[in-house]
Amino acid sequence: MSGPSEFKPNNPALQWIERRLPILGLMHSSFVAYPTPRNLNYWYTFGAILSMMLGVQILTGVILAMHYTPHADLAFKSVELIVRDVNYGWLLRNMHACGASMFFFAVYIHMLRGLYYGSYKEPREVLWILGVIIYLLMMATGFMGYVLPWGQMSFWGATVITNLFSAVPYVGESIVTLLWGGYSVGNPTLNRFFSLHYLLPFLIAGVVVLHVWALHVAGQNNPDGVEPKTPKDTVAFTPYATIKDMFGVSCFLLFYAWFIFYMPNYLGDADNYIPANPGVTPPHIVPEWYYLPFYAILRSIPNKLAGVIGMFSAIIILCFLPWLDSARTRSSKYRPLAKQFFWIFVVVCVLLGYLGAQPPEGIYVVAGRVLTVCYFAYFLIVLPLLSRIEKPRPVPNSISEAILANSGKAVASVAVTLVAAGALLLGSLGDARASEGTDKPPGNKWSFAGPFGKFDRGALQRGLKVYKEVCSNCHSLNYIAFRNLADPGGPGYTAAQAAAFAAEYKVKDGPNEQGDMFERPGRTADYFPSPFPNEQAAAAANGGKAPPDLSLITKARSYERGFPQFIFDFFTQFQEQGPNYVDALLQGFEDNPPEGVTVPEGTYYNKYYPGHAIKMPKPLSDGQVTYDDGSPTTVAQYAKDVTTFLMWTAEPHMEARKRLGFQVFIFLIIFAGLMYFTKKKVWADAH
Amino acid sequence: MNPDASTIAAGAPIEVDLSPVAEGQDIKVFWRGKPIYISHRTKKQIDEARAVNVASLPDPQSDEARVKSGHEQWLVVIGICTHLGCIPIAHEGNYDGFFCPCHGSQYDSSGRIRQGPAPANLPVPPYTFVSDTKIQIG
Repeated sequence: MSGPSEFKPNNPALQWIERRLPILGLMHSSFVAYPTPRNLNYWYTFGAILSMMLGVQILTGVILAMHYTPHADLAFKSVELIVRDVNYGWLLRNMHACGASMFFFAVYIHMLRGLYYGSYKEPREVLWILGVIIYLLMMATGFMGYVLPWGQMSFWGATVITNLFSAVPYVGESIVTLLWGGYSVGNPTLNRFFSLHYLLPFLIAGVVVLHVWALHVAGQNNPDGVEPKTPKDTVAFTPYATIKDMFGVSCFLLFYAWFIFYMPNYLGDADNYIPANPGVTPPHIVPEWYYLPFYAILRSIPNKLAGVIGMFSAIIILCFLPWLDSARTRSSKYRPLAKQFFWIFVVVCVLLGYLGAQPPEGIYVVAGRVLTVCYFAYFLIVLPLLSRIEKPRPVPNSISEAILANSGKAVASVAVTLVAAGALLLGSLGDARASEGTDKPPGNKWSFAGPFGKFDRGALQRGLKVYKEVCSNCHSLNYIAFRNLADPGGPGYTAAQAAAFAAEYKVKDGPNEQGDMFERPGRTADYFPSPFPNEQAAAAANGGKAPPDLSLITKARSYERGFPQFIFDFFTQFQEQGPNYVDALLQGFEDNPPEGVTVPEGTYYNKYYPGHAIKMPKPLSDGQVTYDDGSPTTVAQYAKDVTTFLMWTAEPHMEARKRLGFQVFIFLIIFAGLMYFTKKKVWADAH
Repeated sequence: MNPDASTIAAGAPIEVDLSPVAEGQDIKVFWRGKPIYISHRTKKQIDEARAVNVASLPDPQSDEARVKSGHEQWLVVIGICTHLGCIPIAHEGNYDGFFCPCHGSQYDSSGRIRQGPAPANLPVPPYTFVSDTKIQIG
């Protein structure tokens, strides 16, 4: 992309094409012969990582869209069916959902790298502004994508964010109606968000082409911030930069795979496993972690319109960065004060992210205001001031000189820094479920925990019996078909046993040729029938509140782990809040509430239920269900078995996920090692 | 991209029968996808709502202006928080009215904002009394 190429293909057919469309020459000059500064470090591999992530998101997204139904009544179910029935659907969904987080994680590092090394300065202003545009498009795409599963957090996130536009004077309400396509967030909203979510990534890809074009015209910045002067200052893009990028990408894939295969729900919110309900607001609405700093800015400004303006200007201000910071020295490496303020700014952003996840009360509001001022002060006061008063250290005359001065200094250990930075950034996450005054469920040893966890087949079979004899009187299990009982990684029944189990049920079918509905014995393709014909009947029979469907209950319930526990959870792969809660709830009934606590008429005291007053009476008692395998018939055992069963119903492919994860890790570790040594060999003569 | 014809048609006025709602109770009905709270207020709630110095409110409006005269016991408001659109919970908060769990806005027994980040009172939808026990919303 930088002038006519010298490239001449040998093959006559390629020569024929090249004379008519010099695309090979373009590729050659852009990605092979293109000179890159010799002193680039691993922070500069994030451009390649981001390109890969865009590719992964588009590829998985296109396949997911083949199976997804954008309708308010069907969207939630279609996502569940993707995960359960589509071949490797769980993998596609995890890759796409975690991929969004990884995309933002990488883009934040990419942006902070640009900030640190002054990559926005003359002559790279347009390059930088294109980057800000990509970031804005990414935020819009990510937000609309999060709406598509149509869970509670999707719905209420969409409500809160679209309502931001109602703050615009005069035309606000009309803008919001246009976004909704109705009088509230509903089916038309979901349809247009799906359409836009499919469109925007291709716009991003287009702007990325401009971004790379601008990059290749201006040339890359580098950690020393001096332009390459002689050919000795640069190396060819291929093989030098490509192999380095390959190593960076393979390390990043290891980090990404950790989420895909072992922590798929770590970055999500349990509430999003509850189908959207326009009549009930979740107790605490939190956006995805990558929006939290801006959400904190929005909330810390007490005036609605000012808050919205503050939030958007926090991003738009980045466009003016090249002119706010007029210092001639590019890299913070040679700017002792700018360097310190940069790290303070990073801490401010992480803390804002943390506050964004906290309830807006008391000290959090005050801290949010202070940090919001700090955020803007960095751009509007610190940088303009520093560029006038700071006395930078002398910069090297050339890149080769800088390398000579640095020789012997080890390359920063990217993996360690990555994990540390990751933990810090993830620190901003914390699904703040309302749990005031509620005991935390005790931990439990689950057979399915950890990287090699498997379901205990005996417990699954006993749990199924408990569900069938007790829970199924009130609770449905809508996403489980009888055929699933014979699936690998499940309770371990044969197809014949599953068919016999199904035949015990009466299933409503029809209409027949006379136009009447009729009942027939269940087949394996049928789903577990609901105890009530519809939600209203279920609510009417249970004191006004329908018993929730149990298929996803162990993923739809959680409790706050708190800081710093949730950081350790990342390393220990702790994912069992849901099962712990369900198990504790089943055992948490107490006939006599503690002193001073009264529960309303028609509710029962439960130690672990938020608010303690639960409509469900104590469901299990000792000896209620008979076991054939000699396991103790106690409430504790019932609770553990049925919870294990419900964990399986929530995630039937968990064993396959962990098994494939192990194989992928072995592959990626070997691949990353090979890339590392190849890179060493390629760079041996360049150092 | 404005609402299509079927969406507009589905937003036609609805009639609600008030006779089953006892004093101190409220019901929630959906109109145009929005939850509408209809509260049968107690004497205490009405008195509280009228005792306030209107000028001291963030969004000054008298209780008389928010209900239909002759039907003071009935409060009809759109149950969408004017801050960012969450649904407040009835009979909670410090003002015998509504409490929004999202960002802590509190509304009184007349649906007026009293505390928290919301800028305005809960809006009153257009409605008329068809008879003493029936209203038409829209």
